[in-house]
Amino acid sequence: MGEVLVLVEQADGSVKKVTSELLTLARRLGEPSAVWVGPGFDDAAAVALGEFGATTIYVAGDESLRKHPVAPVAETLAQLVAEKAPVAVLIASTADGKEAAARLAVKTNSGVITDAVDVSAALVATQSVFGGSTVVHSTVTTGTPIITVRGNSVAPEAAPATPARVDVTVALSAAATKATVTGRTVATKGGRPDLTEAAIVVSGGRGVGSAEGFAVIEALADSLGAAVGASRAATDAGWYPHQFQVGQTGKTVSPQLYIANGISGAIQHRAGMQTSKTIVVVNKDAEAPIFELADYGVVGDLFTVVPQLTEEIRNRAN
Amino acid sequence: MKIAVCVKQVPDTWAEKQLQAADSTLDRESADGVMNELDEYAVEEALKLVEAHGGEVVVVTMGPERAAETVRKALSMGADAGVHLVDGALHGSDALATSYALAEVLTGRGFDLVMFGSESTDARMSVVPAMVAERLGLAQLTFAQKVDVAGDVVTIQRVSETGYDTVEASLPCVVSVVEKINEPRYPSFKGIMAAKKKPVETLSIADAGLDAARLGLSAAWTQVDDFAARPPKAAGIVVPDEGDGGAKLAGFLSEQKFI
Ligand SMILES: Cc1cc2nc3c(=O)[nH]c(=O)nc-3n(C[C@H](O)[C@H](O)[C@H](O)COP(=O)(O)OP(=O)(O)OC[C@H]3O[C@@H](n4cnc5c(N)ncnc54)[C@H](O)[C@@H]3O)c2cc1C
Ligand SMILES: Nc1ncnc2c1ncn2[C@@H]1O[C@H](COP(=O)(O)O)[C@@H](O)[C@H]1O
Repeated sequence: MGEVLVLVEQADGSVKKVTSELLTLARRLGEPSAVWVGPGFDDAAAVALGEFGATTIYVAGDESLRKHPVAPVAETLAQLVAEKAPVAVLIASTADGKEAAARLAVKTNSGVITDAVDVSAALVATQSVFGGSTVVHSTVTTGTPIITVRGNSVAPEAAPATPARVDVTVALSAAATKATVTGRTVATKGGRPDLTEAAIVVSGGRGVGSAEGFAVIEALADSLGAAVGASRAATDAGWYPHQFQVGQTGKTVSPQLYIANGISGAIQHRAGMQTSKTIVVVNKDAEAPIFELADYGVVGDLFTVVPQLTEEIRNRAN
Repeated sequence: MKIAVCVKQVPDTWAEKQLQAADSTLDRESADGVMNELDEYAVEEALKLVEAHGGEVVVVTMGPERAAETVRKALSMGADAGVHLVDGALHGSDALATSYALAEVLTGRGFDLVMFGSESTDARMSVVPAMVAERLGLAQLTFAQKVDVAGDVVTIQRVSETGYDTVEASLPCVVSVVEKINEPRYPSFKGIMAAKKKPVETLSIADAGLDAARLGLSAAWTQVDDFAARPPKAAGIVVPDEGDGGAKLAGFLSEQKFI
């Protein structure tokens, strides 16, 4: 069986859930090899990757690889593609992941498919386009298939393996080092699941009315162990940090359950949440287009409905 | 400073988008064409940079005849000139082909900055700016929510998963912007009138010296095997809140085993 390269997504040295999903998918296509780019690789990461079936882990651990955006990742992958001739390269569909895929595609003269929600053993990628209204199957016809896959598209299944670690040295080209990261600013509100990985997302929009109003959204989220999201109206107003924006220009989420509160359902918002498995809506305007997506909707004031729901959930939990 | 802004004409955001049965490409005829909304932010940012530092803004597009409307719109916002790559043989070009064509058209024109929107609302790939940077061997400063130019150093705030990274490079470089960066201006009446007199260079693939074998549907690196409309979602349950809306919702969530 051919090798399948899986680019590891990490946050502060720990392997993100989407990587287990990619490894699960990769096992359908061939033998999964994880590719770690940057410093911070450790035993815990090796265990996490082995659990989902990585048989080899390529570690390009040089500090310099993290100092420049995107290009070093693409060059590491390009070097491995040239050496290993993998059957495919799988990358998470994040902003960085798509750009790494883009540069890799140019370097290796290979086709790239972004935002796949599934990949078959025959390397046919499934995409959900136009706000989820159309399902497309496509294949890469030239070069090594490079496919970026959305988080939460496949259920991760463990298949323990004991991975061999292979250290990789990458000599960066002059072009790859032209842009330099001089600082990282983390504006995150900690303590809740990652928005793109969460099984449940509770979102608030303009209807929440203020930054203080988000307390009711957060309380509901916490009662469900959920992540909090926001519409652009809410992030633009400064009520909630930008990185929690869901939608076309925010995050794409695909949780088991999405609860939209005080959100009208503009096309740009839908673009980021339409593939959620179950959608619940609370909005006081019965005409709001978001109700078209709802599996269950309540027409009412979120400031009465949401606290009552939170209370019910807490009571049931006790 | 000489700035190129790559803009794309896309079907109106609100239009139903469809693939055509004949060749699985996007049906661009049945919907009104508009400038990709995200590219408006790139045009705005370029105009601001030129207002602050001097120079000129050239908009570059690849697309069918009617994409000229989008060039015109950018000119009426204040851009100085346009370049329109239009050729029947471009139909069906994928991201790799588009980036190849744009990179070739941009080469040799002396641009200090090449700007993009962060994503086209039809393809939604967010790959063309990175591909063009790769092809031109230029620094990639993408997903910028803030751009500053001081001398020949460009510093941006690159939106990250958890906040933003500060990234810098020397000119020339490639920049893409996100919608948080500014508020695009509306063309004024004066701007619309002035746009009619601004120069637009129209290029065929031969004029641009492009290799036809690398363009169009037949050259694409990927192919659509098939597509289908997703069956419309069954209508859900919508209830008015009669004082027990939250409790009813809890009932639904419990039925669905979420609680
Ligand atoms: C280039 C571009 C990119 C964009 N990207 C995004 C994106 O990524 N994500 C995004 O979300 N938007 C995006 N937008 C913005 C989008 O078009 C909408 O403006 C935005 O989604 C509206 O947010 P909203 O639904 O919270 O606000 P509104 O449309 O104002 O809706 C508020 C809703 O709250 C309801 N409401 C008010 N008070 C209450 C109450 N007390 N209880 C219950 N309901 C109440 C109202 O009935 C209304 O339906 C983008 C726009 C552009 C142009
Ligand atoms: N045909 C085109 N002509 C000019 N610019 C384009 C074209 N296609 C994409 N772009 C630019 O690339 C950006 C990202 O597009 P995409 O990678 O398709 O999401 C857009 O916002 C435009 O700035």
